[in-house]
Amino acid sequence: MGCVSKSVKNSRPLSSRIGGLLFVLPSIITVVIFVYGLIIWSVNVSLTNQNSGSKKAIEYVGLKNYTDLIVDERFTHSLLNLVKFTVVFIIGALITGFIMALLLEKGIKGEGFFRSFYLYPMAISFIAMGTVFNWILNSARDEEAGGLNLALQKIGLGFLQNDWYVGEKGAMYAMALPAIWQTSGYVLALFLAGFRGIPDDLREAARVDGASESQIYRHVLFPQLTPTILTILIILGHISMKAFDLIIGINGKSYITQVVAVYMWEATFDSRNYAKGTAIAIVLLLMIAIVVVPYLRYNNKQQAYR
Amino acid sequence: MSKDIVDLITAKHNVRNKKRKLTGTERFWLIFRYISLIFIWFLVVMPIYVMVINSLKGVKNVYLVNAFKLPEKLDFSAWSVAWSGTDYFPQSISDSMSRTLFFVIQSAIISAIIGSINGYVFAKWKFKGSNFIFTLFLFGMFIPYQAIMIPLVRIATTLEINKSIYVLVLAHIIYGIPICTLIFRNYYEAIPNELIEAGRVDKASMVRIYRSIILPLSIPAFVVVLIWQFTSAWNDFLFAIFLTGGSPKLAVATTALNFITGSTNQVYYGVNMTASLIVSLPTLIVYIFLGRYFLRGLLSGSLKG
Repeated sequence: MGCVSKSVKNSRPLSSRIGGLLFVLPSIITVVIFVYGLIIWSVNVSLTNQNSGSKKAIEYVGLKNYTDLIVDERFTHSLLNLVKFTVVFIIGALITGFIMALLLEKGIKGEGFFRSFYLYPMAISFIAMGTVFNWILNSARDEEAGGLNLALQKIGLGFLQNDWYVGEKGAMYAMALPAIWQTSGYVLALFLAGFRGIPDDLREAARVDGASESQIYRHVLFPQLTPTILTILIILGHISMKAFDLIIGINGKSYITQVVAVYMWEATFDSRNYAKGTAIAIVLLLMIAIVVVPYLRYNNKQQAYR
Repeated sequence: MSKDIVDLITAKHNVRNKKRKLTGTERFWLIFRYISLIFIWFLVVMPIYVMVINSLKGVKNVYLVNAFKLPEKLDFSAWSVAWSGTDYFPQSISDSMSRTLFFVIQSAIISAIIGSINGYVFAKWKFKGSNFIFTLFLFGMFIPYQAIMIPLVRIATTLEINKSIYVLVLAHIIYGIPICTLIFRNYYEAIPNELIEAGRVDKASMVRIYRSIILPLSIPAFVVVLIWQFTSAWNDFLFAIFLTGGSPKLAVATTALNFITGSTNQVYYGVNMTASLIVSLPTLIVYIFLGRYFLRGLLSGSLKG
């Protein structure tokens, strides 16, 4: 690329230069309206007292809906739940995926078999898996136990029996288990790509210099994975903050496992409080934007160097 | 361009450089790796195993205590109940399954066509500001759809399209534009510019080059986008629940399943498991046969590949 393509670009007739734009214009308009336009519309609704239950005229109330959220016990509860879930989910999926990648990255007989199985959960809906996890993470214990609690007893780990997603304290941590189950294959794929993108020469050179296998991993390979880990954190972070169907699939709208997206649904659907619903949604959007926008800019710069 | 990401992941590796005897520690690590891989394999397969075996135990007599036990004798009655319902289990998923298939295929095809045209322009006919616009597109891929949902529901209600399944076709096409464009753009970036230049020298128009050079090369990208859109629309719950409300007439696979299993109907575990399995089958089958293409779609979501 560089100056050659530039001269070609300038030699193109004007018609073909704007021709491209014409073909994507319908999509641009659609995205501008349905993504950005509707976000602005949502922000607008969130600044009013719009509520289908009340007959009052719609008025602008400023940031009242947002300040109300700060003191809304249900909202802070769902936010705290989301934080707990996110921390355990991200760390858990990162470690599991990393271990899977370590086991596979050098190549092993039957690799394709294991890799294919490790990735299939990403193809199934959270709702369908939720039905199963709702069942096997049942809280019954000891004689009445079934599912995972029974399995733990059988292998002599009975003390690990748990209330899972209905327990006062641990519900959100239990919720992270199915989430880790579902996404660690994805993390594995990203790590595998990271490992295998490292030139073999680096490994060989270190080996020639007399480095041991564990030294090679620690000092040569792991530092090279920093961009991969960054990508994984962003991806897991935004999946986690959007958590909705996973939670609904396992435990419905139950208060104990409510997260921000579920609370938004409840405010909108059950209470018909649109102003509050949009305010919650915009908070969620901002949380995700803080993580994703720098990543998009970073990615954009990387593209420019290609 | 660096090496293709999916090739990196799936490339066959030289498992052993030379046929030499393994040393003691090497053998230990190899055995350790296999044991760990098999252990993880069991954990990964377990939920599907639970679904399958409990769907073969009949309608009653399915208890949590026996969740991991194989059926004593095969009984397929839960399948017919889950599929078409009976008097004690009125909900069935056959209607919603065919409805989902109907809308998912349409939205996947239209998404792919739009994505292909956009990707072609963003990769090969860049205009001033096209990179910026493309980044604006990408942001649309990451937003939580809750942030646009209430106005979207309002529009659908005003236009009265929320009474037809086409509301979901439209939603998945519109919000699929970013990822479909991205997948095609990345694919077309890898096609050498010389091919386009050659066409240009022959005074072929932009459309002509697309039709005679680009389109015939696009089949793999079409497969990726089609199965990506198919899978994500099939598994979608958020758009379905907001846009079709609780209307049973418009229930799709996920909303119907959630209604069945989430209701007070907690007696018929066998039927619940069967229904979940039936709903998972289409995407699972696609994954089994076209996993490599699915992987590529998945990795596009991380802006890699």
